[in-house]
Amino acid sequence: MSKGAKLPVWADVALIPLINVTLAFLAAGVVVALIGENPLDAVEVLVRGAFGYDEGVGYTLYYTTNFIFTGLAVAVAFHAGLFNIGGEGQAYIGGLGVGLVCLALDHLMPWWMLLPIAIAAGMIFGAAWAFIPGYLQAYRGSHVVITTIMFNFIASALMVYLLVNVLIKPGQMAPETRDIAEGASLPLMHELFAQVGIKITQTPLNLSIFVALLASFLVWLLIWRTRWGYAIRMIGHNESAAVYSGINPKKMVVVAMAISGSLAGLVAINEVMGAQGRIVLDFVAGSGFTGIAVALMGRNHPVGIILASLLFGALFQGGAELAFEFSTITRDLVVVIQGLVILFCGALAYMMRTPLERLFARFAKSREAN
Amino acid sequence: MDIWLQLISALDSTLRLATPLILCAMAGLFSERSGIVDIGLEGKMLAGAFAAAATTAVTGSVWLGLIAAMGVAISMALLHGFACITHRGDQVVSGLAINILAAGLSVVLGIAWFKRGGQTPSLSGDQRFGPLELPLAEALSDVPILGQIYADLVSGHNLLVYIAFLAVPLTYLMVYKTRFGLRLRAVGENPQAVDTAGISVAWLRYRAVIMAGLFCGLAGAYLSIALGAGFVRDMSAGKGYIALAALIFGKWRPVPAMLACLLFGFLEALATRLQGVDLPLVGQIEVQFMQALPYVLTVVLLAGFIGRAVAPKAIGVPYSKDRA
Repeated sequence: MSKGAKLPVWADVALIPLINVTLAFLAAGVVVALIGENPLDAVEVLVRGAFGYDEGVGYTLYYTTNFIFTGLAVAVAFHAGLFNIGGEGQAYIGGLGVGLVCLALDHLMPWWMLLPIAIAAGMIFGAAWAFIPGYLQAYRGSHVVITTIMFNFIASALMVYLLVNVLIKPGQMAPETRDIAEGASLPLMHELFAQVGIKITQTPLNLSIFVALLASFLVWLLIWRTRWGYAIRMIGHNESAAVYSGINPKKMVVVAMAISGSLAGLVAINEVMGAQGRIVLDFVAGSGFTGIAVALMGRNHPVGIILASLLFGALFQGGAELAFEFSTITRDLVVVIQGLVILFCGALAYMMRTPLERLFARFAKSREAN
Repeated sequence: MDIWLQLISALDSTLRLATPLILCAMAGLFSERSGIVDIGLEGKMLAGAFAAAATTAVTGSVWLGLIAAMGVAISMALLHGFACITHRGDQVVSGLAINILAAGLSVVLGIAWFKRGGQTPSLSGDQRFGPLELPLAEALSDVPILGQIYADLVSGHNLLVYIAFLAVPLTYLMVYKTRFGLRLRAVGENPQAVDTAGISVAWLRYRAVIMAGLFCGLAGAYLSIALGAGFVRDMSAGKGYIALAALIFGKWRPVPAMLACLLFGFLEALATRLQGVDLPLVGQIEVQFMQALPYVLTVVLLAGFIGRAVAPKAIGVPYSKDRA
């Protein structure tokens, strides 16, 4: 990274990310134009699909919930200088924890008693799946990027095995568990609204969006207001300085990965305990990877992550509407946008820096001349 | 005799399944030996597969398809280079971006151009690379064992399978016996030294990622116009990551990497064959176990429990002159 001193803070924090996101969306617009459709029409369909009616809003917020969890997971690891690509697998294994707890206890207690236990189970299972790569990086020298990629595939194979052979509801073909008992799964939002007499359309949106917002606040508290958070940021910035100030970087790598994994595991609260009401194959559906785009776009800050999650939630929901309006565009366009956001906000994050620095230097000079 | 025939047929499919892995592993070898992490093998292969199938479907020529595959994969490799070499971006993030972009673009363009839900029209006849009969295969097929091996195992594959196995000695020669190879290895270990010697670090690394693109393109073309008969969404199905695992398993060296690819290919061939078969002592082996095995083995190796895999020293670190 070149010296940031030449740029004012606001340009660094707000302007450059904004330019990068704009570039990503411009590139997506070029793809749409290439297909022969009008990009502005596509934007209109997207926005209308995501926010135009209450069902759309419900789905948008439902997707947003997943992305907040995975975005936070990626961000915590990023603060420690680690790249956790394994959110996908950690969320999947988190689903095993949530599912097992719910299926074991659902006839014994109502959802509000079960929820804290399920949250703990999801976090522990997700954390365990991230702990191993973290431990292997800290103490055995294998790189966390490669190990987490491998763990995604191992998690997928493990879950297919368990769902097909062990957890499957007897007498059915689809590899799914039985439904969590009514009253023990998380109430959907339309049910809650109905209780106070407001009628909204049924969507998978459930209470876990509040869990996601709470988690965002707690992550902010953790990273910027606690010793662990300080140590995590410290090893991310300068490991040798961290050692001199008495931080054990190996331990903190493991801690950061475990926290990261536990956040990814919470996706299962939204999916397994909420929207699906059971463990189904592949319920994570790429949220782990979307979390990377979300964290990069949200600059690893909980507020940024919530906003970026909302944007991606809107894209996923609005994207589903694209196929109805255009014969040639489907939701797969959102995958392209996701790739472009990761490219421009992540890999090419420094591209606009030098030209901007020059621009600001020229500005400063001309002001001096006047 | 029956077991013998089964073994021949299992090894035969091992070769077919290992081919894209070998091509991708050689691709990754060039890139990673130069110090550029390449988790984008998957995406470049997928983009190549789409380009090959789309071009062949439109023009009817496998050769144009092959060229298109290499061209598209190389342009994605150049994008990776532009981000990581020119702009010193994060190599893992860039590779991931390429994988996701390829997964999205191949389907989006496929739907827009061919209107078949992301597939390309199915190819037949000379729109695919067909099996090649090696000379004398027919005549020797009656000779026991060696003749059978030659006729049934070595002969009768398509061109790209042979190219993959030629790519290994070629890579070995380029990396270990040429000036380019020496510099390539040096730039992956100590770019400062290479720079001090007056050789451009950036240009060397660009050439390495171009080689990576070329091989990924071949692997993609193999998937869609040789092994398969058209493009299907996500048809690379994690093969790029298995190839990356094989590359690490082979400790970033061509011949061991190829052997790892053959091992992983053999596991895959075995997995489908052993489905539902009762083995003595162990009973049934689950398909999922065999599928997960390459990844488990790689994790165990990387953790230093069987041997030690040490990556090129400068891997993943963007080079800048003013850092030293």
